[in-house]
Amino acid sequence: MIKLTVNGAARSFDGDPDMPLLWYLRDEVGLTGSKFGCGAALCGACTIHLGGTAVRSCVTPVSEAEGKEIVTIEGLSPDGNHPVQVAWRDQNVAQCGYCQGGQIMQAASLLKDTPKPTDAQIDDAMSGNICRCGTYPRIRAAIHQAAGQTAAPKGERL
Amino acid sequence: MIHDLTLMAEQAAKEAATRPALANVSRRGILGGAGALVLALSLRAPARADETQTKEQKEHKYGADGMPHGWRDDPKVFIAIAPDGTVTVTNHRSEMGQGVRTSIALTVADELEADWPKVKVVQAYGDEARFGNQDTDGSRSLRHFFQHFRHAGAAMRAMLVEAAAKQWGVPASEVTAKNHTLTHAKSGRTLGYGAVAEAAGKLPVPATVTLKDPKDFRYIGTGKIGLIDNFDITTGKAVYGADTKLDGMLYAAIARPPVYGGTVKSFDDSDAKKVAGVVKIFKIDGAPIPSEFMPLGGVAVVAKNTWAALKAREALKITWDDGPNATYDTDVFRKELEETARKPGKVVRTQGDVDAAMAKAKKKVVAEYFVPHLVQAPMEPPAAIARVKDGVCEAWASTQGPQAANDRLMKALNLPDDKVTVNVTLLGGGFGRKSKPDYVVEAALCSREVGGAPVKLAWTRDDDIHHGYYHTISAERIEAGLDEKGMPVAWLHRSCAPTIGSIFAPDPKHELPFELGMGLVNTPFSIPNMRMENPEAAAHVRIGWFRSVSNIPHAFAIQSFVSELAHEAGRDPKEYLLDLIGPPKKIDPTAIGDVWNYGEDPSRYPIDTGRLRGVIEAAAKGAGWGRQMPKGRGLGIAGHYSFVTYTAVAAEVEVDEKGQVKVQAIDIAVDCGPQVNPERIRSQMEGAVVMGMGLALTSEITFKQGRAQQNNFDGYEIIRIDAAPKVVRVHLVPTGTYDGPLGGVGEPGVPPVAPAIANAVFAATGRRVRQLPIRDQAAGA
Repeated sequence: MIKLTVNGAARSFDGDPDMPLLWYLRDEVGLTGSKFGCGAALCGACTIHLGGTAVRSCVTPVSEAEGKEIVTIEGLSPDGNHPVQVAWRDQNVAQCGYCQGGQIMQAASLLKDTPKPTDAQIDDAMSGNICRCGTYPRIRAAIHQAAGQTAAPKGERL
Repeated sequence: MIHDLTLMAEQAAKEAATRPALANVSRRGILGGAGALVLALSLRAPARADETQTKEQKEHKYGADGMPHGWRDDPKVFIAIAPDGTVTVTNHRSEMGQGVRTSIALTVADELEADWPKVKVVQAYGDEARFGNQDTDGSRSLRHFFQHFRHAGAAMRAMLVEAAAKQWGVPASEVTAKNHTLTHAKSGRTLGYGAVAEAAGKLPVPATVTLKDPKDFRYIGTGKIGLIDNFDITTGKAVYGADTKLDGMLYAAIARPPVYGGTVKSFDDSDAKKVAGVVKIFKIDGAPIPSEFMPLGGVAVVAKNTWAALKAREALKITWDDGPNATYDTDVFRKELEETARKPGKVVRTQGDVDAAMAKAKKKVVAEYFVPHLVQAPMEPPAAIARVKDGVCEAWASTQGPQAANDRLMKALNLPDDKVTVNVTLLGGGFGRKSKPDYVVEAALCSREVGGAPVKLAWTRDDDIHHGYYHTISAERIEAGLDEKGMPVAWLHRSCAPTIGSIFAPDPKHELPFELGMGLVNTPFSIPNMRMENPEAAAHVRIGWFRSVSNIPHAFAIQSFVSELAHEAGRDPKEYLLDLIGPPKKIDPTAIGDVWNYGEDPSRYPIDTGRLRGVIEAAAKGAGWGRQMPKGRGLGIAGHYSFVTYTAVAAEVEVDEKGQVKVQAIDIAVDCGPQVNPERIRSQMEGAVVMGMGLALTSEITFKQGRAQQNNFDGYEIIRIDAAPKVVRVHLVPTGTYDGPLGGVGEPGVPPVAPAIANAVFAATGRRVRQLPIRDQAAGA
């Protein structure tokens, strides 16, 4: 029996301890905000916070989460207004949106460690997260906005 | 990405000249009986009867009229208004990142005079008889439906006005609708939309409607509207193909034949069955070549969770019969294509006398270009959930073609139309892959096999890369005879590539009109003698649409070659390209061998070389074309016409001493006619730049023994943020009016990216890249 915490709620799991957290979260807990993109830690669509650190849930076994706090995109903020989420919306970053939960979790982790990142630091921290729609210029802009380095885009956004 | 399947299958069959092709299982019969649905709003179908048109042109159906099931604009089908005033717009086109849910909703909302925060969108299920064509590809959602949704919104506004006028006992002409409020100015009375919604819904749809004057648009063309799904996307609530949860749901994984056309000879599942959570393991029969949109077959595992299904699949021991494509090797095939392209082939366009002009030319230049197979690799691999129980099938799918999925489910399950429903989720990218619903059928076959429990089938990335509908593989050879000024007097282009037609009918071995029309036959250059040939090429894998399709190899070859000719002539590549295009003129595409023209009326959509020149000038200006470049840096340019839109890219690259190419800046200019949602046009161009960079620099699928050699994002490399340019400037070139024809947006950004980068590499290094991906070719031999 593995005991862990998901978005603040205590849980236990008695299935295969080797099951990647991604499948545990999606299939067992029903939290589908973390996405499958590669299954091999190559794309970052599954990024969650484990014990406060961004990890790829597709290659992290449930057993590794024993006693630790898991935060998924659903739990990043109580009202969906984490500065990174707000910046993502202000910049209209998303196209299809599929990878963006992972991008946001990775960016939130970056800003926790590096509150005022340079472009090079952003590239370094975010290069494990693929966006096939190609939203990278806006991801950079949103991270700078969330870091308070730039203002939200001017003009009315309905 | 065009799949008027009936037409395509017919074309493919014609080319093959063998047995009749499998046509789209159409609802046309039903459509005939549903005439009442098509209300009397059709009078705005653009007047086409024009004395200058031929009989064929008059009778031909273009645009949405020419698509299976055409279009609908019944406001009662697409718009619902609740008593609290909430407006719900039903969107029948699939959302895959192009922003169509937002753009269609804002179009309706503007004409309806709705207050945007009170507007919601629901997604239509697959039912083209009800909603009109739903094939979301070919860059045509707004091109085909913008005017119809304007009319639907305006009709509903008129009905609200009428209902309010009746309630007040005043003439409708005295009532105005603005921002969710109906006003009778004379008496000072007002009503909200919700207050008269029910009464309005009982009124007949007016036969004629008055559209808003575009100067009064509040949402259309303003770029002020945020994505309607923004909150759900940024909080993990958005629902994609594998995100629907149903009671008792099981999870499937399928081991498919590693070679196209292969079959299961035998399998041993004794180890797989030992995996905890496995429910059932069974064989699925695949469709034989040409397999169209039907499954490839293989061995399926259904389990209680994804992890168990994947582990059990890995434990299967399967012996395959690899079938007729067992020896497919892209290194060998490439040489065959190139050899074939050196010999005469089927002539697909000719003007003047190329051979005579070539013989008399001062100088001849020839170059060969190569573009490999690619796979779309949307971040969400194909995914669907299906439940087949008691003779009823319901599916939830990430699909670009819900009607196509519906029809294939009917065929695979032998069920009538009214027993099949395909619900459409958000798509985690599509790029053409999700126009083919083989995976939806797989999910349904699994559900049927386990007695009707809902089954979720989510492909892994390896599945996606190994069993794709690949972008074709292409050898392009262009020969030019030049005059004393270095301008071509003769142009011979041979394009040799397997056709998408090969998935619909016995391999036609020639590109179909829609592939030839993607930048080959319709090359809009002022050259007196031109000939295009299309030698035979056989298909050995499933060939499918990849964002912008055959425009990729055609534009890469042509726009690279133009730059080569400019260099031969000692001239500036941009000026040379403009001279080759010649003075602004409108070309009838049918007059230069393009019978297709993206399905659009050639009189409404001529090829306008002035607009092509305009985007080339805009991209060049944005990039500061002509400025002195530091050592190791270069600017390259390319322009292209596709999806009845004009795009050009100026790329600035830096090549380091090791030959590594870094794209520093991209200027992309687009003229798509009137702009409905400029903010999303920008984002589509930004995205097309990144996708174009990927195929230019790193992406390639190769085959040995019929098997794809790449597995995941390590071998199939696509652009990451560290390679994305720091500067991407999008230049929107406005033309046309909102009552006129619209161009496509989703795909046209891609084709000019790779040739612009290759031309920039030449400018930086003097090394010419003639094959994609570029990788380390800039390092020289």
